[in-house]
This record gives sequence, structure tokens and C-alpha cells, in this order.
Amino acid sequence: MKRLASKIGFALSVFVLVSPAVLVFLWMLSLSFKNELDNTAFPPVFIPNPPTLANYLDVFEKNNFALYLWNSILVTGGAVLIGLGVGVPAGYGIARGKATKFAILILVARMTPALSYLIPLFLLFQMTGLVGSITALVITHLVITIPIIVWIMIGYFENVPMELEDAARIDGATTWQAFRHVALPLARPGIVVGGILAFIFSWNNFIFSVVLGGKNSRTLPSAVYNSLTFEQISWGPLAAAALLVTLPVLLLTVLAQREIVAGLSAGGLKDG
Amino acid sequence: MTNTTAMPADLATPKVLPARHSADFTPRYWLFSLPAVLVILGVIVFPWLFTLYMSGHDWKIGGGPEFVGLQNFSELFRDTRFLESMGHTAYFTVLAVVLPIVFGTAAALVFHREFPFRGLLRTIFVMPMMATPVAVALVWTMMFHPQLGVLNYLLSLVGVGPQPWVYAPHTVIPTLILVEVWHWTPLVMLIVLGGLAGLPKEPYESALIDGANSWHMFRHITLPLVWPFIMVAIVIRTIDALKAFDTIFVITQGGPGTASETLNIFLYLQAFQFYKIGYASAVVVIFFVIIIMLSLLLLYARQKSKWNAE
Repeated sequence: MKRLASKIGFALSVFVLVSPAVLVFLWMLSLSFKNELDNTAFPPVFIPNPPTLANYLDVFEKNNFALYLWNSILVTGGAVLIGLGVGVPAGYGIARGKATKFAILILVARMTPALSYLIPLFLLFQMTGLVGSITALVITHLVITIPIIVWIMIGYFENVPMELEDAARIDGATTWQAFRHVALPLARPGIVVGGILAFIFSWNNFIFSVVLGGKNSRTLPSAVYNSLTFEQISWGPLAAAALLVTLPVLLLTVLAQREIVAGLSAGGLKDG
Repeated sequence: MTNTTAMPADLATPKVLPARHSADFTPRYWLFSLPAVLVILGVIVFPWLFTLYMSGHDWKIGGGPEFVGLQNFSELFRDTRFLESMGHTAYFTVLAVVLPIVFGTAAALVFHREFPFRGLLRTIFVMPMMATPVAVALVWTMMFHPQLGVLNYLLSLVGVGPQPWVYAPHTVIPTLILVEVWHWTPLVMLIVLGGLAGLPKEPYESALIDGANSWHMFRHITLPLVWPFIMVAIVIRTIDALKAFDTIFVITQGGPGTASETLNIFLYLQAFQFYKIGYASAVVVIFFVIIIMLSLLLLYARQKSKWNAE
């Protein structure tokens, strides 16, 4: 009897822990599938009856969603690819060359608020006429992607035994070849983890696009925010847009939860 | 989860190896870091130095810089709006650290046990921290609506009157903390869970033989052993709470009035609303100093607790 009671108590505590997350996302889903009448009803309507896709159609037809989606893909894709190209070798160089000071610089960069980079970069882009361009956003998003990729790669390369590379070099491999053909394949899980986290943080970033994005170069988060401020508030389309913005990230979380958990514990401080 | 066990405790102190191999290889690894060094000089170090330079100037966008020495700083400390924003930040940060630490640790203890659907439920629990902040902030905004919001309706079901949520100066910061707790408790849970995974079994077995109850085991065995991980979580939460921007900006933009204007929001408004570049740069410098000092303090506390434990 006592065991049963403690089991029920435990199940209850799991329920209490998980329900805030479930409720907010379900409410988001509910808002996005209801018509405007139900969305402004009081008491609130919980289950869309009948569910409507009008809000989603509205998002694509009236709000240029496809353009902003493409912008987000370009900015995040560019920043993650450049970040990997530059950051993976750097992680190797720091791990093997024991460049402690450089590692600390990377850590400080992760702790500094994103806004602090924004004023000088804004002036710089203004001078070079790049404000409002995708290029400016890709460059700025490197502030997010490079530190996290480097930081995670340091950890992974440190766990690759040096002896294997030493053996390759004794067989006549250059340092580059030892990196390319021995260390890099072994650190592949780290590349996946670093790439996923860099993608998520870059995709979620809001402030860079608010300041540097032009009318046609905005990424999704700031585009959705702008539709809140400058148009009549209508909850259905807004909830649909919000859900679409965060959907890729949520799917990635479900599909790659092992990698994400590993990466976050290994030093993925959040961005911003 | 293979990497979670050992790594969290190392994450606040860079884990660049204590010399495992002699350092005479070092030069040949420079080239690997060179591209990253160049990019980081451009997008990170240059902004820092330029900000320091600008903080000594009176500079509005459109005009040129005029050197004013430390005037921006002395002006800031007489600016009541700035001082109030520091107060808001302190209030917000303390609660946005303490509550997620308490709830996250409790959640980690729950998720450390085996139960059906644990993996799935953990993924759901972690979702808030991965979701796009702007998206969840928009949904919270709709839920806080005083007349049509679902939260006031749910409260009315249990006999509680409607709350003003983010629409009154005295409730706005607690409400934003509620969102922050919802958002970031999962991160604390993950870090502490990593710590729990590495705990030895022996102390619990002997404690059971000695007849200790579960609270005693938590208080005298679990808590001291995972404390280094909790300290890491405190460091990360403190830095993140100080930097909180997206959700506050989307939900309140610092309002009503300036009631929820934190340091970061104040900084944004000075720079990109009023275009006071020099003034805003001085705020960045102060912000930077606060973050570095707090992290050093917390790292020191962590080291000390580690030494005491050993």
C-alpha cells in the first residue's frame, strides 16, 4: 500500500514537471488551428472545432513568410557552414597546441551579451553599405556559431588519443594529413553536435536581425515579431507563424536529443 | 549521454589539457586556428575595442565622435533610468537564478530515476529551452492578455481573481520571471542530471544500512556530491539572466513605463532607439565588467567549494 502511494506520488511529480511545457505548446497549437472568433472567445475555446488551416494559409499568403524562411535558411546555413569550416580546425589547433589563452577568449565571447557586438558592427556595416543585407547577417551570426563550435570541438579533439596521430606521422603523414584522415573522422560526433547547436542558436537569434535586417533580408524571428507590432493583432495567424518558426528546432530536438544533451552539457552555454 | 557524465564540471574552467605532451609541437598547430583567429579578431575583438573607444566619446549616429573622456560614465551614474534598470536587473537575476536552480535540481532527481517513457518525457521537458524565444514569448503574451487570456480564465476556475500580469508595474517583473523559469529550468536539470549520472553507489548502500531516510541521503550525500554541478548551473544561469533580452523585449519592451527595463533593454533603447552610440557603449563597458566580475566571483566560489570538499 505504501509502495503504491509513493508510486502515485512519483507519477504525479513527473506530471507536474512536464505539464507546463506541454500546456504552452498545446495552447500554441490550439490557437493556430482556431478561427478568430474562437480565439477571442471568453471563456476560451480549448479544442478547435472544427479545426481550420486558414491561419497557416494566411501566414504564407499575406506575410511573405516564404521570403523570410529563405532568409533564415541562408543566414543560418551560411553561418553554420562557415562556422564549421573555421571552427573545427581551430578546435583541433587549440586542443593540440594547448592554446589556453585563445580558449579563454572564446569562453569570454560566449559570456558577453550579443548586444555588445552589435553597436560597432552596425556602424561598420553602415559605413560599408551592408546594413540590410544577408551578408551582414551571416557575418554577425558568426559571433554565435564560431565560439560554440570551437568550444565543443576542443572537448572532442582532446578525447581523441594523440598516439594515433603520432603513429600516422611516423608513417610519414604531415600534420594536416594526420588531422584530416585520423583526428577528423574520430571527432565526427563532435562536428554533428556542434553543428546542431550552432544551427539552433543561430536560427533562434532575434536581436541581430531586428537591428541589421532590412525589410527584405529579415530572418523569421524578427519578421514574426514585426507582424505583431505593425499590424492589427490577430492571434490565429500569429500563433501559426510562431509555431512554424520554431518547428524546425523542435523537430531537431526530438530527432537529435542525445546529441543535444551531450553538447549542452559539454559547454553549450546558450547564445545571446 | 556518454559525454555528460564528466564534462559539466569542466565547462566553466576551460579544459585545455594540462601538458600531456611536451609543448614543442605547438607551432605547427597555429595554422589550424589562424582562420578562426582572423574572424574572431574581426567580429569579436574589434567590436570590444571599438566599444571601449566609443565609450569615451559623445557620438550620435549621423554626427561625428567628440572625445569627452569619462563623461558618459559619470552621466550614467546620475541617470536615474540607468540606475533603476540596474535595480530591475538585480531583482530579475536573483529570482531567475534561484528558482530554476531549485526546480531544475528537483527535476533532475526525478529524471534520474528509471520510469516508463523517461526518454520521451525528458525530451518534452527540455523543449522550452530549445524553442525559438520569440515564438514562445508571443504565446505567453497572448496568455497574459487581461480580458481574453487563458491564464486569467484558469485562475478564475480555482477562484482566484484576474491578475494584471505584465500590465502593471508591480507584477511585470515577477511575471517575466515566470516565463524565464519555464524557459530555462530544463538547462539546470540537464546539468544536474549529468552530475547525478556520475555518482558512486557505495555511500547510499552504507547509509541505508545505517537507517538513513531519503531526505538525509539527499542532504548529506547527493547534495554535496553534485554541488560542483549546481555551481556550474548557477554560473551559467547568472550570466544568462543578466543577458536576458528576447522574451522581455517581445513581451513588454521594458514597460509598462520603464517598470521592466533591465540593463540589456536600456542598452538597446539607448543605442538603437535614441542612437546615443557613445552613451550606449559606456553601458556595454559597465555590463562587460559586471559579467566578468560575477563570473570570476562564482568561479572562485566553485573552486573554494571544491577544495573544501576534497
